[in-house]
Amino acid sequence: MNPELQGRVFPPAEPYLVGREKVREFARAVFATNPVNLDVEAAQAAGYADVVAPPTFAVVVQEHTLAQLLAEPDAGIDFSRVVHGDQRFTSTRPIVAGDLLTATLTVASVKTLGPHSMVTAESAITDAAGEHVVTAISTLVVRGDE
Amino acid sequence: MAAVSSIPVFDELAVGDVVAERDFPLTRDSLVRYAGASGDFNPIHYRDDVAASVGLPGVLAHGMLTMGLAVQPVVDWAGDPGRIADYQVRFTRPVVVDPVDGATVTVTAKVGQLDADARVARIDLTVKLGDDTVLGKAQVRVALG
Repeated sequence: MNPELQGRVFPPAEPYLVGREKVREFARAVFATNPVNLDVEAAQAAGYADVVAPPTFAVVVQEHTLAQLLAEPDAGIDFSRVVHGDQRFTSTRPIVAGDLLTATLTVASVKTLGPHSMVTAESAITDAAGEHVVTAISTLVVRGDE
Repeated sequence: MAAVSSIPVFDELAVGDVVAERDFPLTRDSLVRYAGASGDFNPIHYRDDVAASVGLPGVLAHGMLTMGLAVQPVVDWAGDPGRIADYQVRFTRPVVVDPVDGATVTVTAKVGQLDADARVARIDLTVKLGDDTVLGKAQVRVALG
Protein backbone atom coordinates (compact mmCIF):
# COMPACT_ATOMS: atom_id res chain seq x y z
CA MET A 1 0.00 0.00 0.00
CA ASN A 2 1.14 3.51 -0.77
CA PRO A 3 2.23 5.19 2.52
CA GLU A 4 1.72 8.61 0.94
CA LEU A 5 -2.04 8.01 1.21
CA GLN A 6 -1.85 9.09 4.84
CA GLY A 7 -3.56 12.45 5.27
CA ARG A 8 -5.20 12.41 1.86
CA VAL A 9 -8.68 13.95 1.76
CA PHE A 10 -11.01 12.75 -0.98
CA PRO A 11 -13.62 14.86 -2.75
CA PRO A 12 -17.06 14.62 -1.07
CA ALA A 13 -19.11 11.67 -2.33
CA GLU A 14 -22.39 12.30 -4.14
CA PRO A 15 -25.05 13.29 -1.56
CA TYR A 16 -27.15 10.43 -0.18
CA LEU A 17 -30.87 10.99 0.44
CA VAL A 18 -32.08 8.81 3.32
CA GLY A 19 -35.41 7.20 2.42
CA ARG A 20 -37.99 6.12 5.00
CA GLU A 21 -38.40 2.66 3.52
CA LYS A 22 -34.60 2.21 3.32
CA VAL A 23 -34.38 2.97 7.05
CA ARG A 24 -37.11 0.42 7.76
CA GLU A 25 -35.51 -2.18 5.49
CA PHE A 26 -32.11 -1.71 7.17
CA ALA A 27 -33.70 -1.71 10.65
CA ARG A 28 -35.40 -5.05 9.96
CA ALA A 29 -32.18 -6.49 8.55
CA VAL A 30 -30.29 -5.75 11.80
CA PHE A 31 -33.15 -7.10 13.96
CA ALA A 32 -34.11 -3.67 15.31
CA THR A 33 -37.26 -3.79 17.40
CA ASN A 34 -37.43 -0.22 18.68
CA PRO A 35 -40.58 1.50 17.34
CA VAL A 36 -38.57 4.69 16.74
CA ASN A 37 -36.74 2.82 13.94
CA LEU A 38 -39.91 1.62 12.24
CA ASP A 39 -42.94 3.68 13.11
CA VAL A 40 -43.30 7.33 12.06
CA GLU A 41 -45.70 8.20 14.89
CA ALA A 42 -43.39 6.67 17.50
CA ALA A 43 -40.44 8.55 16.04
CA GLN A 44 -42.35 11.83 16.06
CA ALA A 45 -43.53 11.22 19.63
CA ALA A 46 -39.83 10.87 20.54
CA GLY A 47 -39.10 14.24 18.91
CA TYR A 48 -37.81 13.17 15.48
CA ALA A 49 -39.07 14.32 12.10
CA ASP A 50 -39.29 10.74 10.76
CA VAL A 51 -38.08 7.20 11.45
CA VAL A 52 -34.59 7.01 12.98
CA ALA A 53 -31.87 4.87 11.42
CA PRO A 54 -30.07 2.23 13.52
CA PRO A 55 -26.59 3.23 14.80
CA THR A 56 -24.76 1.31 12.04
CA PHE A 57 -26.79 2.69 9.11
CA ALA A 58 -24.02 5.20 8.39
CA VAL A 59 -22.07 2.32 6.83
CA VAL A 60 -24.36 2.56 3.79
CA VAL A 61 -23.30 6.19 3.27
CA GLN A 62 -19.66 5.50 4.17
CA GLU A 63 -19.49 2.69 1.62
CA HIS A 64 -19.41 5.16 -1.28
CA THR A 65 -16.31 6.82 0.16
CA LEU A 66 -14.53 3.49 0.76
CA ALA A 67 -15.18 2.67 -2.89
CA GLN A 68 -13.33 5.91 -3.77
CA LEU A 69 -10.36 4.81 -1.67
CA LEU A 70 -10.20 1.31 -3.15
CA ALA A 71 -10.46 2.72 -6.68
CA GLU A 72 -7.69 5.30 -6.14
CA PRO A 73 -5.14 4.51 -8.85
CA ASP A 74 -2.03 5.03 -6.71
CA ALA A 75 -3.44 3.42 -3.52
CA GLY A 76 -2.12 -0.05 -4.28
CA ILE A 77 -4.96 -1.76 -2.39
CA ASP A 78 -5.88 -5.23 -3.71
CA PHE A 79 -9.57 -5.53 -2.78
CA SER A 80 -9.43 -9.35 -2.73
CA ARG A 81 -6.92 -9.11 0.16
CA VAL A 82 -8.87 -6.62 2.25
CA VAL A 83 -10.24 -7.71 5.64
CA HIS A 84 -12.39 -5.43 7.80
CA GLY A 85 -10.49 -5.05 11.08
CA ASP A 86 -12.29 -2.42 13.16
CA GLN A 87 -15.31 -0.20 12.81
CA ARG A 88 -16.49 2.79 14.78
CA PHE A 89 -19.30 5.34 14.58
CA THR A 90 -19.08 8.59 16.52
CA SER A 91 -22.37 10.46 16.38
CA THR A 92 -23.50 14.01 16.99
CA ARG A 93 -27.08 12.98 16.26
CA PRO A 94 -28.80 9.93 14.74
CA ILE A 95 -29.58 9.73 11.01
CA VAL A 96 -33.27 10.37 10.31
CA ALA A 97 -35.27 9.63 7.13
CA GLY A 98 -35.24 12.72 4.93
CA ASP A 99 -31.62 13.61 5.70
CA LEU A 100 -29.46 14.56 2.72
CA LEU A 101 -26.01 13.37 3.74
CA THR A 102 -22.58 14.08 2.31
CA ALA A 103 -19.58 11.95 3.26
CA THR A 104 -15.97 13.05 2.97
CA LEU A 105 -13.18 10.52 3.47
CA THR A 106 -9.82 11.26 5.04
CA VAL A 107 -7.08 8.64 5.28
CA ALA A 108 -6.18 8.99 8.97
CA SER A 109 -3.29 6.54 8.98
CA VAL A 110 -1.40 3.94 7.00
CA LYS A 111 0.66 1.40 8.94
CA THR A 112 2.72 -1.62 8.03
CA LEU A 113 2.78 -4.71 10.25
CA GLY A 114 5.16 -7.27 8.78
CA PRO A 115 3.74 -8.32 5.41
CA HIS A 116 0.38 -6.70 6.16
CA SER A 117 -0.79 -3.11 5.85
CA MET A 118 -3.49 -1.31 7.79
CA VAL A 119 -5.35 1.74 6.62
CA THR A 120 -7.69 3.74 8.84
CA ALA A 121 -10.27 5.71 6.88
CA GLU A 122 -12.50 8.32 8.50
CA SER A 123 -15.66 9.37 6.67
CA ALA A 124 -17.19 12.52 8.12
CA ILE A 125 -20.90 12.70 7.30
CA THR A 126 -22.70 16.04 7.32
CA ASP A 127 -26.30 17.05 6.66
CA ALA A 128 -27.76 19.52 4.16
CA ALA A 129 -27.01 22.39 6.55
CA GLY A 130 -23.37 21.31 6.72
CA GLU A 131 -23.71 20.17 10.35
CA HIS A 132 -21.86 17.07 11.52
CA VAL A 133 -24.06 13.97 11.92
CA VAL A 134 -21.68 11.03 12.35
CA THR A 135 -18.14 9.99 11.54
CA ALA A 136 -17.66 6.42 10.37
CA ILE A 137 -14.16 5.04 10.93
CA SER A 138 -12.94 1.81 9.36
CA THR A 139 -9.65 0.06 9.75
CA LEU A 140 -8.98 -2.19 6.80
CA VAL A 141 -6.25 -4.80 6.89
CA VAL A 142 -4.64 -5.62 3.57
CA ARG A 143 -3.06 -9.05 3.87
CA GLY A 144 0.35 -9.47 2.34
CA ASP A 145 2.18 -12.66 1.44
CA GLU A 146 3.15 -14.56 4.60
CA MET B 1 -41.53 -5.20 19.94
CA ALA B 2 -39.86 -3.24 22.68
CA ALA B 3 -41.93 -2.18 25.62
CA VAL B 4 -42.78 1.47 26.09
CA SER B 5 -39.40 3.13 26.24
CA SER B 6 -38.13 4.49 29.50
CA ILE B 7 -34.81 6.18 30.09
CA PRO B 8 -32.36 4.22 32.26
CA VAL B 9 -31.46 6.24 35.34
CA PHE B 10 -27.73 6.96 35.30
CA ASP B 11 -27.37 7.18 39.08
CA GLU B 12 -28.89 3.71 39.54
CA LEU B 13 -26.27 2.00 37.33
CA ALA B 14 -23.23 0.17 38.64
CA VAL B 15 -20.22 -1.17 36.77
CA GLY B 16 -20.81 -4.84 36.04
CA ASP B 17 -24.62 -4.62 35.81
CA VAL B 18 -26.01 -6.70 32.96
CA VAL B 19 -28.46 -4.35 31.24
CA ALA B 20 -29.54 -6.53 28.31
CA GLU B 21 -29.19 -9.99 26.80
CA ARG B 22 -30.55 -11.36 23.55
CA ASP B 23 -30.06 -14.30 21.19
CA PHE B 24 -30.08 -13.74 17.44
CA PRO B 25 -30.75 -16.87 15.36
CA LEU B 26 -29.25 -16.17 11.92
CA THR B 27 -30.10 -18.06 8.75
CA ARG B 28 -28.92 -17.65 5.18
CA ASP B 29 -32.11 -15.62 4.69
CA SER B 30 -30.81 -13.12 7.26
CA LEU B 31 -27.64 -12.67 5.22
CA VAL B 32 -29.50 -12.12 1.96
CA ARG B 33 -31.76 -9.63 3.68
CA TYR B 34 -28.77 -7.72 5.06
CA ALA B 35 -27.01 -7.80 1.69
CA GLY B 36 -30.01 -6.10 0.09
CA ALA B 37 -30.52 -3.59 2.89
CA SER B 38 -26.86 -2.58 3.09
CA GLY B 39 -25.81 -2.94 -0.54
CA ASP B 40 -22.94 -5.29 0.42
CA PHE B 41 -23.25 -8.04 -2.19
CA ASN B 42 -19.91 -9.75 -1.59
CA PRO B 43 -20.76 -13.36 -2.59
CA ILE B 44 -18.86 -14.87 0.36
CA HIS B 45 -22.03 -13.96 2.29
CA TYR B 46 -24.37 -16.14 0.22
CA ARG B 47 -22.45 -18.54 -2.07
CA ASP B 48 -20.79 -21.67 -0.68
CA ASP B 49 -18.68 -22.18 -3.81
CA VAL B 50 -17.22 -18.66 -3.65
CA ALA B 51 -16.57 -18.94 0.11
CA ALA B 52 -14.77 -22.25 -0.43
CA SER B 53 -12.74 -20.89 -3.33
CA VAL B 54 -11.17 -18.22 -1.09
CA GLY B 55 -10.43 -20.70 1.67
CA LEU B 56 -13.26 -19.86 4.08
CA PRO B 57 -14.84 -22.57 6.26
CA GLY B 58 -18.29 -21.61 4.90
CA VAL B 59 -20.59 -18.71 4.07
CA LEU B 60 -20.02 -15.92 6.60
CA ALA B 61 -22.34 -13.35 8.11
CA HIS B 62 -21.36 -9.80 7.17
CA GLY B 63 -19.26 -8.35 9.99
CA MET B 64 -21.44 -5.26 9.78
CA LEU B 65 -24.56 -7.42 10.28
CA THR B 66 -23.08 -8.81 13.50
CA MET B 67 -22.10 -5.28 14.57
CA GLY B 68 -25.54 -3.95 13.63
CA LEU B 69 -27.55 -6.52 15.56
CA ALA B 70 -25.26 -6.61 18.61
CA VAL B 71 -26.15 -3.01 19.54
CA GLN B 72 -29.91 -3.58 19.33
CA PRO B 73 -30.37 -4.83 22.92
CA VAL B 74 -28.62 -1.62 24.04
CA VAL B 75 -30.86 0.54 21.83
CA ASP B 76 -33.93 -1.06 23.41
CA TRP B 77 -32.48 -0.63 26.90
CA ALA B 78 -31.58 3.01 26.22
CA GLY B 79 -35.07 3.55 24.80
CA ASP B 80 -33.93 5.67 21.86
CA PRO B 81 -31.24 5.10 19.19
CA GLY B 82 -30.42 8.80 19.55
CA ARG B 83 -28.75 8.08 22.88
CA ILE B 84 -26.06 5.96 21.21
CA ALA B 85 -23.20 8.48 20.98
CA ASP B 86 -20.40 6.14 19.96
CA TYR B 87 -20.13 2.49 18.99
CA GLN B 88 -17.03 0.55 18.10
CA VAL B 89 -16.05 -3.08 17.52
CA ARG B 90 -13.15 -5.19 16.37
CA PHE B 91 -13.92 -8.12 14.09
CA THR B 92 -12.04 -10.99 15.68
CA ARG B 93 -13.66 -14.18 14.37
CA PRO B 94 -15.99 -14.95 11.47
CA VAL B 95 -19.58 -16.13 11.98
CA VAL B 96 -20.11 -19.16 9.75
CA VAL B 97 -23.80 -19.64 8.91
CA ASP B 98 -24.77 -23.22 8.14
CA PRO B 99 -27.25 -23.53 5.23
CA VAL B 100 -29.55 -25.81 7.26
CA ASP B 101 -28.93 -25.03 10.91
CA GLY B 102 -27.97 -21.35 10.67
CA ALA B 103 -26.00 -19.87 13.56
CA THR B 104 -27.09 -18.23 16.80
CA VAL B 105 -25.23 -15.14 17.97
CA THR B 106 -25.64 -14.30 21.65
CA VAL B 107 -25.21 -10.80 23.03
CA THR B 108 -24.67 -9.79 26.65
CA ALA B 109 -24.49 -6.07 27.45
CA LYS B 110 -22.83 -4.99 30.68
CA VAL B 111 -21.96 -1.62 32.22
CA GLY B 112 -18.20 -1.24 31.68
CA GLN B 113 -17.58 2.30 32.85
CA LEU B 114 -19.58 5.29 34.13
CA ASP B 115 -18.62 8.89 33.38
CA ALA B 116 -20.55 10.86 35.99
CA ASP B 117 -19.55 14.30 34.63
CA ALA B 118 -20.72 13.57 31.08
CA ARG B 119 -23.49 11.21 32.27
CA VAL B 120 -22.34 8.69 29.71
CA ALA B 121 -22.44 4.94 30.36
CA ARG B 122 -20.00 2.74 28.49
CA ILE B 123 -21.74 -0.53 27.77
CA ASP B 124 -19.46 -3.44 26.92
CA LEU B 125 -20.84 -6.15 24.67
CA THR B 126 -19.92 -9.81 24.79
CA VAL B 127 -20.86 -11.26 21.42
CA LYS B 128 -20.51 -15.01 20.98
CA LEU B 129 -21.15 -17.85 18.60
CA GLY B 130 -21.28 -20.87 20.90
CA ASP B 131 -18.19 -20.52 23.11
CA ASP B 132 -16.29 -18.28 20.69
CA THR B 133 -16.18 -14.51 20.98
CA VAL B 134 -16.71 -12.95 17.55
CA LEU B 135 -16.37 -9.23 18.34
CA GLY B 136 -13.58 -7.70 20.41
CA LYS B 137 -13.55 -4.36 22.22
CA ALA B 138 -17.25 -3.97 21.47
CA GLN B 139 -18.18 -0.78 23.32
CA VAL B 140 -21.23 1.46 23.17
CA ARG B 141 -21.27 4.92 24.71
CA VAL B 142 -24.81 5.80 25.79
CA ALA B 143 -25.62 9.40 26.67
CA LEU B 144 -28.05 9.47 29.61
CA GLY B 145 -27.82 13.16 30.48
